[in-house]
Amino acid sequence: MTKKISGIAASNGVAIAKAYKLVDPDLSFAKTSITDVDAEKGRLTAAFDASKADLTKIKAKAVENLGAEEAEVFEAHLTILSDPELVGAIQQQIEKDQVNAETALSDVTDGYIAMFEAMTDNAYMQERAADIRDITKRVLSHLLNVTLPNPALIDEEVVIIAKDLTPSDTAQLDRKFVKGFVTDLGGRTSHSSIMARTLEIPAVVGTEVATTDIAEDELVIVDGLNGHAIIAPDDATVAEYKQIGDDYLAQKAEWARLKDEPTTSADGVKFMTGANIGTPKDLPAVLENGAEGIGLYRTEFLYMDSSEMPSEEDQFEAYKTVLEGMKGKPVTVRTMDIGGDKKLPYMPLPEEENPFLGYRAIRISLDKTDMFKTQLRALVRASAFGTLWIMFPMVATLPEFRAAKEVFETVKAELKSEGVAFDDNIKLGIMIEIPSAAILADKFAKEVDFFSIGTNDLIQYTMAADRGNEKVAYLYQPYSPSILRLIKRTIDCAHKEGKFVAVCGEMGGDPIAVPLLVGLGLDEFSMSATSILQARSLIKNLSTTDMQALAEKALDLDTNDEVAELVKAATTNK
Amino acid sequence: MESRNFHIVAESGIHARPATLLVQTASKFSADVTLAYEGKDVNLKSIMGVMSLGVGQGSDVVISANGSDEADAIAAIEDTMKKEGLSD
Repeated sequence: MTKKISGIAASNGVAIAKAYKLVDPDLSFAKTSITDVDAEKGRLTAAFDASKADLTKIKAKAVENLGAEEAEVFEAHLTILSDPELVGAIQQQIEKDQVNAETALSDVTDGYIAMFEAMTDNAYMQERAADIRDITKRVLSHLLNVTLPNPALIDEEVVIIAKDLTPSDTAQLDRKFVKGFVTDLGGRTSHSSIMARTLEIPAVVGTEVATTDIAEDELVIVDGLNGHAIIAPDDATVAEYKQIGDDYLAQKAEWARLKDEPTTSADGVKFMTGANIGTPKDLPAVLENGAEGIGLYRTEFLYMDSSEMPSEEDQFEAYKTVLEGMKGKPVTVRTMDIGGDKKLPYMPLPEEENPFLGYRAIRISLDKTDMFKTQLRALVRASAFGTLWIMFPMVATLPEFRAAKEVFETVKAELKSEGVAFDDNIKLGIMIEIPSAAILADKFAKEVDFFSIGTNDLIQYTMAADRGNEKVAYLYQPYSPSILRLIKRTIDCAHKEGKFVAVCGEMGGDPIAVPLLVGLGLDEFSMSATSILQARSLIKNLSTTDMQALAEKALDLDTNDEVAELVKAATTNK
Repeated sequence: MESRNFHIVAESGIHARPATLLVQTASKFSADVTLAYEGKDVNLKSIMGVMSLGVGQGSDVVISANGSDEADAIAAIEDTMKKEGLSD
């Protein structure tokens, strides 16, 4: 039976393929007494051998598709599975307690997990607890004769169905075969969504029911344009969606022709469209989509993808690669934004009641100045290879900016005395994402070189609504006149001092927000690289004077929905 | 029996990748290989054993091998220690 489920349109396009469920099977078991100890030990050894065989295959596949570094975790898992003491301890347990292999396995591995988790002063060892959990799951699945999903082994075209996708899930996916995502959880800014846009595959997230309503191997249409998934469609529906997908691709091809054109409105006003990136690996997409700069380089991935604090040299290499790759176009680097929902295994942070309101971003940098100085040294050194702008995240007060600037000046002075070459004109700016900074924008504008409005956090903090919390997701209201007024204030204050303003949140590439931002006089729109050409094409058809009038009207409306309706009506009438 | 002392200089001690490599090296030999640290002895062919010790930077450990290829085992382990920057 054909069924349609709805969620949030997270990444454009249409995909039609078989469902691949990335969901853990039921691994529950009962504790039973056994009499044939040797047979039980045999079951255990067979399950270990089968698990080793799985991991050997997965590792080979991961080396081939993702590189040796990403495959290292599987090597570690294999070493644990080959540990003679581990198998020995479980076998002893079977013999001593006369219990089934499942019980002995989980008793022994629970002991190790508890031991590693107790090493609270050592983040690496705590992480190893997760490795042991993974391995236990795999061995259990063989004992229980159920199949664990092995995303690294996918070798035909599929749509991934999952509750949510974690970075380690997506790291194992081969983009050749993965045609789309449908998830139960998440919003437009969750990891799955960002990943889908980076991979340029359609995705629908937050359906709540994908993993329960879709069966393994069932045909699924992912409509990432409208946020639907159609399960077990008939031939006519498949044909209809193929057409929609083809039309979308044709439109994308048309946008591609704008790749080397400047971003200019219908009445000849120039804007900039830039890209948001997380690692130097994103550069090819940035160049393919004709970005005029990088409006946001999120450096926290350097910290998160590493098992130890990244050295000055490692950071310098990454920044230099991006700056050289952009060939003189401006690259705005945001200093690390760890905290909130982003944690580091090697830098334990205190548990907090409200991490998003806690020890995060510049608050950590100003506290751990050694770490901050290392990052700034790497950045200043890299500035010799392109046009570097640096911005600080989560600035709430002027003294915070002044303190950060002082560290920056110290680092420059040190490098100068060491005789290291760098660009003496690095621009310094702040993210506008905390309402206090937007309200004090007139003061900040006198001291900074530029602002970059992080709309995702600005909305979260203005609405006091956690963007990961489904129950309050309705408060993610980018077009609310309250948000628009904060943005207008920020832009007006900056322009009064002759300073530059970018938007680097999701709004920067949003077809409803772009006309309003053009009207408010924004200078740069920074977004996922794959949205740039669509935004450039949209701006080409807008007149700034019309949009100024439109924005003026929007600022005076009551609600988010009224603004959205106003913009839709104004832009589709053309 | 062959034994050798090692002073661990690696910032993060013996775990994760270096631990895996030490275990893999030891497992290539038929000799029994043990790691002694703070009065505890573990089998160097057991990753769980090695990791459970939590050997940090600045620790002194003794590695012993007992068996027909004990000398080769110790030489290979010393080589891995140096190559991975675990010990000087």
